[in-house]
Amino acid sequence: MVELLSGGEMIARALEDEGVEYIFGYPGGAVLHIYDALFKDCKVPHVLVRHEQAATHAADGYARATGKPGVVLVTSGPGATNAITGIATAYMDSIPMVVFSGQVQSHLIGEDAFQETDMIGISRPIVKHSFMVKKAEDIPVMIKKAFHIAATGRPGPVVIDIPKDITRPDEKFEYHYPRSVKMRSYAPAQRGHTGQIKKAAKLLVSAKRPIIYAGGGVIQGEGSDLLTRLARELNYPVTNTLMGLGAFPATDRQFLGMLGMHGFYEANMAMHHSDVILAVGARFDDRVTNTVSKFCPGAKIIHVDVDPASISKTVPADIPIVGPVQAVLEELLAQLATIREKESDLPDQGALERWWKQIDEWRGKHGLWTGRRYGESKMIMPQQVIESLYRVTDGDAYVTSDVGQHQMFAAQYYRFDQPRRWINSGGLGTMGFGLPAAMGVQLAFPDKAVACVTGEGSIQMNIQELSTCTQYNTPVKIINLRNNYLGMVKQWQDMQYEGRYAMSTYEDSLPDFVKLMEAYGHVGMQVTQLSELDAKMEEAFAMKDRLVFLDIIIDPMEHVYPMHVAPNGSMKDMWLSKNERT
Amino acid sequence: MRRIISMLMENEPGALSRVVGLFSQRGYNIETLNVAPTDDPTLSRLTLTTAGDDKQIEQITKHLNKLVDVVKLVDLTEGAHIERDLMLIKVRAQGVLRDEVKRTTDIFRGQIVDVGPNVYTIQLAGTSDKLDSFVAAMADVDILEVVRSGVAGISRGEKVLSL
Repeated sequence: MVELLSGGEMIARALEDEGVEYIFGYPGGAVLHIYDALFKDCKVPHVLVRHEQAATHAADGYARATGKPGVVLVTSGPGATNAITGIATAYMDSIPMVVFSGQVQSHLIGEDAFQETDMIGISRPIVKHSFMVKKAEDIPVMIKKAFHIAATGRPGPVVIDIPKDITRPDEKFEYHYPRSVKMRSYAPAQRGHTGQIKKAAKLLVSAKRPIIYAGGGVIQGEGSDLLTRLARELNYPVTNTLMGLGAFPATDRQFLGMLGMHGFYEANMAMHHSDVILAVGARFDDRVTNTVSKFCPGAKIIHVDVDPASISKTVPADIPIVGPVQAVLEELLAQLATIREKESDLPDQGALERWWKQIDEWRGKHGLWTGRRYGESKMIMPQQVIESLYRVTDGDAYVTSDVGQHQMFAAQYYRFDQPRRWINSGGLGTMGFGLPAAMGVQLAFPDKAVACVTGEGSIQMNIQELSTCTQYNTPVKIINLRNNYLGMVKQWQDMQYEGRYAMSTYEDSLPDFVKLMEAYGHVGMQVTQLSELDAKMEEAFAMKDRLVFLDIIIDPMEHVYPMHVAPNGSMKDMWLSKNERT
Repeated sequence: MRRIISMLMENEPGALSRVVGLFSQRGYNIETLNVAPTDDPTLSRLTLTTAGDDKQIEQITKHLNKLVDVVKLVDLTEGAHIERDLMLIKVRAQGVLRDEVKRTTDIFRGQIVDVGPNVYTIQLAGTSDKLDSFVAAMADVDILEVVRSGVAGISRGEKVLSL
């Protein structure tokens, strides 16, 4: 029997049929029919955030941790515009997300009606695609298309804008949710070009100074296992981008750490001196390459990406391969096996040995994990906090972060052995991302340890979500690296503006975070001494059912190093400390 | 280098704004733009001219191809092609110049499509260069209004842009 449902009911039912686990949202006039349908009959739980930006970040955190699209529901006008920052965040990092935004009634569109905004227009440059619903009958197919587009190819956010009259309860339509959709205008690559992959395999085994440069695409494309296998079979060094951390196990000897602006010395040096770079799911972003014209002068580049527009965008590829990471790596492994059956002396083991010797030398000299590379101080150093977090959580936590120095310290010092554990806003650099993202992760994995590494600047950008954490019992652990400055701004002001701290301090205006936590029903603890750091960290994580906020007073003078020398520097030009550079 | 990029796209509201938005968003230029439905009412044909080096054009075509509403795309300048721009130009046509305008229009194989006691409206189709030359040839004439359709183009021979 065919079911008759209203537009609002179809949305609720389609979300069930799509297997959605959580809706993150905030009600308002234009979406009340939908909310009523959710209330009456929908098995998908709804998480009421305190600000629509947080809904998108929570859905984003959920999506990054699970690999499934995050789902957001907001009202028209301010609800929609508040969601924009989160949509842009997801877009820049290629995160699958479906955002339902309410719209004023069809006949009012264009009349500057109450809470009207052109959501399709405003979101256009920051979505993978968007739909405006014109007829309620179109809803099931449109939702299926939205999830399909969001999650396939290079993932990204999709907006569905729904005028209120489309969802009215008194008009019912036949409901049938399609199992799949086919679109003549959308067909992401399913596999790489075999000829190109053969060429890549040949170049790869002929390398004398190879390096594998893996980005977020390896994680999004579920290619971590294959990448790890490939790297181990060849015994080639691996560096991950900020977005790619966890794509290759950080504790593996072959891992050189993150590369780029705040990348590891050995990773940046190895990149610069390499003769063959295998770039997988990475996009040669300006935070990686430093000056493009000086980028890795002796390297031939194999670039694998599912998005053709990412290839040769900034750095030209010698062997471009368009295709999903998994399919391409599988074929590449097969090609390598074929070559090595015939030519068992490849790759050149002598050359590889010399290359590793050189890398180990770099690693021994300035590697962040091979010795203490930060200053002595009476105060707690931020790096020590991350090391403590790593110890106490056995390297097994989900770590979200905000944006700034704390983000870089977390990326450098927490060693991610698994994909989807490191959750941060890499492309857009959105302060205020960490806490709502942690909520989304904790809801996806209620029994796992979830830490949000933040600073007193970032945390205040979405601090209202502490209330959401109370309502839904998401016992995340907030690690506040508190230096009483906007730390990364201060670092740049130190380095380029002779220490003029233009508007980068709060003076005495910060709240008492411990009391604030108590006001929300959470636990707050301040840590000022290194001697109590581990104990407080353990105490926090032992409180499995409570949100704990560790307000850790750190040395405000510390900078993040290494740091690329700019402008006009190459990969190998780095500041290693305040007065030491390569 | 000047390129003529032509595409079939879904005849959906908002499709055009995605194409145009892409250009402003990524700092590319559109010099001319022409769009209309095709014989298949679900498809529009959009033709634009732009300029850039090979690297830029590669990025432009890749990004256009990524747009979900763009079904198929061709860079006509990569092969033999025909391009046509349509111009309607209204000029003052009085005294001795009235005959002169008529003669020049004939030389360019244009047509006078509207005649008034003091003005002619001339229709002229051709490549953008030809239209530019006609305007230049009218240097002594008082040009009152110029409207051009933007370039429409099609490949020569058997090659077609279709689904």
